[in-house]
This record gives sequence, structure tokens and C-alpha cells, in this order.
Amino acid sequence: MADFLTIQNGRPFKRIQVPYLHFSEFRTNLLKLAFKGAEVVQFFAYQEDPSIKEVLMLGFNAPSRDFFSYEEEGTVQLMAVLRKDHQLFAVQTTAPETFDALSRQDMRFQLFEREIAEQFGLIPKDHPWLKPVRYHANCRGVKDVFGNDYTQDIPGNYPYFQVEGEEIHEVGVGPVHAGIIEPGHFRFQCIGERVLHLEIQLGYQHRGVEPLLTSVPFKRLPILIEGIAGDTAVGNALCFSQAMEALLNLTPDDGAKTLRTVALELERIANHVGDLGALSGDVAFNSSAAYFGRIRGEFLNLLLVMAGNRFGKNLVRPGGVTMGLIEDSRNLILSKIKELRPEIKEVGDLLFSAHTVQARFDGCGVVSREIPLVGVAGRASGIDYDVRQAFPTEKYSEIPACLHTRTHGGVFSRAMVRFEEILHSLDIIERLLQRPVTTQPVVWTGEVSLASSSCVTTLNEAWRGELSHCVLTDSRGGILRYKIKDPSFHNWTGLAMALRNEEISDFPLNNKSFNLSYCGFDL
Amino acid sequence: MLTSLFIYLLAVALAPLFSAVITKTKAFLVGKQGPPLLINYYTLAKLLKKGSVYSESTTFVFQTMPVISLAVSVIAILFLPIARMPALLSFSGDVILVLYLFGIARFFLIIAALDTASPFEGMGAAREAYFSFLCEATLFTVLMLFYKLNGTLSLNDYFTGPNAISIWRPEGAILLLIAIALFVVLLAENSRVPVDDPATHLELTMIHEVMILDHSGPDLAFIEMSAWLKLLFYATLIADLLLPELSTITAIPAFFAVITAIYLTIGIIESITARFRMRLVPKFILTSFALAFFAVILVLEM
Repeated sequence: MADFLTIQNGRPFKRIQVPYLHFSEFRTNLLKLAFKGAEVVQFFAYQEDPSIKEVLMLGFNAPSRDFFSYEEEGTVQLMAVLRKDHQLFAVQTTAPETFDALSRQDMRFQLFEREIAEQFGLIPKDHPWLKPVRYHANCRGVKDVFGNDYTQDIPGNYPYFQVEGEEIHEVGVGPVHAGIIEPGHFRFQCIGERVLHLEIQLGYQHRGVEPLLTSVPFKRLPILIEGIAGDTAVGNALCFSQAMEALLNLTPDDGAKTLRTVALELERIANHVGDLGALSGDVAFNSSAAYFGRIRGEFLNLLLVMAGNRFGKNLVRPGGVTMGLIEDSRNLILSKIKELRPEIKEVGDLLFSAHTVQARFDGCGVVSREIPLVGVAGRASGIDYDVRQAFPTEKYSEIPACLHTRTHGGVFSRAMVRFEEILHSLDIIERLLQRPVTTQPVVWTGEVSLASSSCVTTLNEAWRGELSHCVLTDSRGGILRYKIKDPSFHNWTGLAMALRNEEISDFPLNNKSFNLSYCGFDL
Repeated sequence: MLTSLFIYLLAVALAPLFSAVITKTKAFLVGKQGPPLLINYYTLAKLLKKGSVYSESTTFVFQTMPVISLAVSVIAILFLPIARMPALLSFSGDVILVLYLFGIARFFLIIAALDTASPFEGMGAAREAYFSFLCEATLFTVLMLFYKLNGTLSLNDYFTGPNAISIWRPEGAILLLIAIALFVVLLAENSRVPVDDPATHLELTMIHEVMILDHSGPDLAFIEMSAWLKLLFYATLIADLLLPELSTITAIPAFFAVITAIYLTIGIIESITARFRMRLVPKFILTSFALAFFAVILVLEM
């Protein structure tokens, strides 16, 4: 793999080490690697500050003359990180203003290319379905790829996909919904009760997180990071902290690693339990909806014990954690887990053994494993990928994998995977908290200078799945580009696919079984 | 006659209370306290105090529906002998009238839903039309059976007088099938689990609730009241079938005891079953038709 730099999760590297290829070569190599089964972790554009660009060019070993003349055309760099067999590969290039879309050959790049087009105004030529991702103007101030006037409402001048025919009817739901959920627009093309196509339009919560992170003082970063998606506060804070630690050459102590792992697992349990309750509620199975709803609160309360708030904010910081765990709290968590485990098992048994529930869950919203999903939804489709096993950080290298018994890709599998993960996470926490935990609390003042001209990619298994942050620094140790990829970025497509040929009345159930993030996607 | 009027008024006044029994049962079975038993009266009072909001795209159809709906329910119960007391109104062939009174209410419910031009309400209307059409098959089969047993076409004659139909008579075993069939129709016609979920807020899955999404204030109060009365109508039909011959003094408490038992059963069913997938609902409703049809065949042999 000389064409790629093999990188480690959470280990920094100088950007000059990353092979800098001519775009056509970059494209061919990526497609070749993807063809061999690699999945895209990060694929994004960034703008170099001019001083560094020169250094990069000189450092690169084989730039042809042709390369430099080509170079003058483009001012935007592309960076890609792919994963294959527990290895990460990085490569970069300079993108021409109009480039041949990779998604013509491989659909795994389609959303990433649309994002590049939207954020930087580059045109992926012959992209099969070039539509906005989040609906905002590009950061370079060049002509908009989609020809949108952003003073108008979403979706601008984008015509939604439409099926024509006498008996076809269209149902649009949202962005304002009947329940307390985030805004998103869902457009169904139906024949009778059957859904032919579901189009999902997001972007209503676009706040411009990525550019914001490069412009604020370092001190504010953790607060912003924890606000990316409120339900993944620990996950995002962990990705961020690991990235900062890499660039600052910090190593958290063993106790901090333990507490961070425990917090991430508590976040996972609380959300999974809540999801199982919501799934029960959707099929009008009241008993487990009520019990799981209560149990979710118990786990949020355990996060309160650890972090001082129920959503695990303000706990994980670069270098460690902000507060240790006193013996009383450790015993409280252990005794609560001992008390709740049989309850969870019992309620889960009630849910999964009720034949009316099985009739609703089983075979509903099946997604083929060919769709590149991550996390819970991916594992439910039989994709054996868990960041905790593939790229372990913190304490995960000591922890055995979670085994799943149902991987048919439907609602039942997604619910079962959640249930099994809850029990697995309970074991992890019990195991990690067996002995007293001591750690030196840290404070993030933000008065630091990051390793210059470097890059780090961090991956963690947040409760939805693979969450990844990628940080590029400039020559002065500031942040040049902060790229965030929520697991929902992959999985929204899965929801759209799950609905094909399903009944429209099963949409809420499928939606809950994925329970994807709107704000994590919209950034 | 005075007793009939008394029990009619009592039943109508208590309809909201009985519906609250279902809510309370469901709450109790999942370990919650649930809303007070008088919740539906509070809801009515609240809604009546408010004003109604009308969308600009709707016409008079939308505004007449609640009135028609309530009127139909109030009138239909007049023809029903409650607790086997003589009905307030009765004539030969009134069963047909009563069934089609509900048909009129449904017609207006459906066109009022279409009037809003909302895609959800359109979907709800389509489902309502389809499912209630299947329920009608069961109801008319039951009617055939009752006619065969009783020889009249009046609700009053079915449950009062010497020829009254009751499961306590020799052909009672067959009527048990009818009681079950009617219970299935009750669940389907009144949007209960497993056919519909009255507690849901998900616009894509609802049937009845989605059609009244745009109604508010007194209009919504009328619709709610009419729904509670309709549920009471079907419950009374089943209760009459189950009640033995009793004196007036004992019949009234016995009737209300049976009604409460029926509502409790609905509550328990809603707590222990999940909703059916939409495409299984017709099969469920047609099961009631199969039961009723089987009962008719058995009676033909008598």
C-alpha cells in the first residue's frame, strides 16, 4: 500500500507524510481500494494556507511537471481516510474545480462528494444524483453548484424525486412533526399503502459547526463539541479529546481511560434502553414502553453521578476526565447495575416474546448488507464492524466483543442488537469498576499550541455507531480544518432503503429502529 | 318508558366515564397511576370553552361533520334497548336505519377529512372506508342470524319481549360466536388496539385520530363525545346479548357491571397486545365475519 499512508486511530502524523497524488491517480487508487472492500471513514475537502502548501509540494517525492501545471487550477485539497481489515489508509490530492465523480463507480462516495460540492463549490462531474446535503452556501464564495439562493427555504430549487402515475400519491411529513423530535422532511411516493420511494431532506438544523470550530478560542471547543448532538455528548467529547491528546502529546492516566469507557457505555445503555421503549410504544405495546422509559432514567441518573449532569457533558476533556469517581459512587453504580440487569432482562423478554410484537418487528424494514451501514443498524444487517473491536481506544482492547444472534437486517434485528449491546455494556461497566478508580482530574484551559502541520483521525463506537473526527492543523499550531462525521451520515440512506416496498404505516417503527441524529448530520 | 328514558340518559352521561376506564386500566397494568376517572369530562369542558379554528382550504362540510357525527350517535342509541329495557324509539326495520345512520356519520367523517386536503387525512379516510366496509359484512351477517332467530327487523324486538335473543337460551352457544364477532367489530369500528392505536401521535399510522387532526374546540368535543357514544353502542349490543332475563331493579346494575367488564377487557387487550401490521387488519376483521357466518350456518340447521 505504498499509495496510501497507513495510519492509527488517534495517532498523529505529519501531513507531509500522507501521499500527495495527482487527482486522477488519487481517484483510481481510492476506487481500487474501495473495490477490494474498503469503506470510507472520511472524505472531505479543505483549503490549505499558502505557506504550508509549498512545503507539502516540495516534500512530496515524485511530482511530475504535469502535476504542477495541473496544480495551478485547484486551490482545494481533498483528503480521504478509508478502512479495510482493521487498518486505516490516508491519501490526499488537490481537486480540480470540476472532477470526475467517484460515485459513478462506487456509491459509497456519493454523500461525501455531495458534501464536498456543497461545502467548497467543487463540481463532481457525472455524479448520479447531485443534490444538496444540508442547504448552505459554500465557504469559498464561488458560484453555487446547485444554483440555489439561500435566502429561500429548504430545498431551494431542488425538485424532489417524483413517481408519476394515476394511483401514485405523495405524502410529505415534516419538518414540523407531531411528536417531540428534531426537524426533517420525509417525502414518500406511495401506491396505496406501499412506499415506492422515500426521500429524506435534512439540513434544518445546520449551524455551521465545522467552520465554527476553527474560528473560536480553544477554550470553547469542548462546549461546542458536546453540543453537536446532545445525545452523543460523551462520544463526541471522546473523539475530540483523543484528537487533542494526539496533537498535544498527552496521555490520560489509566483511571481516566476507565471512566471515559464507562461514561461512553452508560450513554449507550441509556439511549438503547430508551430506543427499545420507543419501539414498544410505536407498536402500542405499553408495558415495555413504560418500563424501559423508567429504566432509561436510571442510567441517565448514573451519568449524573459520574459527570454531574444527566447527559454526560463536562466529563471527558483532553488529558483525562474532569472528575474522579469516589468509592461511594462506584459502589452505587455497581449496585444499580446489579439491580437493573434482571429488570432489563425481564422486560426485554416480555417485549421479544410477545407474538404480536414479533409479528410487527420481524421482517419489517429489511436492509441488505450491501448498503454500507455502521453501528447498530450495520451489525443488525450482518456487517461485522464495531470500532471497539476494530480500532480499540481507551480500555476497549481488554474487552471481548459483543456477539449478536439476529442479523437479518430488519426491525427485529435492530432491536435485538440493541438489547444484546445493553447487556454487553453492563458487563463492561461491571468489569471496569471491579477495582477502585483513581485519576488525576484535568482542566481544559485551552492555552495550548497543537502540533503544527499535523493530522489526526479519531474513531469511536458511539451508541449509534462509528463516530469520527478528523483534525488538521496549520503551520502555527491552529486548527485548519475540523471534520466531523456522525454515524447517521452513513445510516440515513439505510432508512430510505428500508422503507422501499414497506407499508407507509411502518415508517415510524423503522425510523425508531434506526433512531438517527438530525443535528449530528446537519452540523 | 320512564325507566327507559332514565337509563338512556344515564348511559349517555356515563359514556365518557367508561372510556376513562380503559385509560385507567392501561395505566394500572403498566404500573402508572393514570389520569383521573373523570378526565374525559374535564376534556369536554376544556374543549367546549375554546373556540374552533378552521383552515382556509376547508368548506362547510368540514364544519358540519362534528354535529352530524354527534347527532347520529345520540339518535342511534335511542333505538337500542339498554339493559334489555324497551327502546325509546322503535319500528320494523330500524336496524337497517341504525346501521346506515352510522354510515352517514362515516361518510361525513371521510369527506370532512378529504376536505382538509391533507395527505395524512386522505390516508386515514381510505383506511377508515376500507376497514368499516369489512365490518359491515360482519354486521349484516349478524343481522341475518338475528332475523332467523327472532323473525323481526327491530333492535327493540331482538332484546325485549318473549322472543328476545340471549346467550342464556338454548341457541346461546352459537350466540357466543356472535358476541366475539361483535367484539372484534367493536375494536375495529372504534379504533382500538390491535386495529388502531388511540394513544399514538404518529400521523402516518393512525386511522381515526388522523381524520380529526384539524378539528379543534367544541367541534373536537362533539367528535370525542360521539366516539365515546359509538363505543358505548357496540358495548351495549354485546352486553344485551350476554345479560340474562332480569327484573328492572337488578338489570340496571347488572348491565353496568357487564359494560364495565367489556371496557376492562378492552383495556387489558390494549395492554398485552401490540398493534397489527396494517395489512393484517383486514384478516383480523374478516375473522369476525367468518365467526358470524359460521353461526348463521349452524342456525340454518335448527
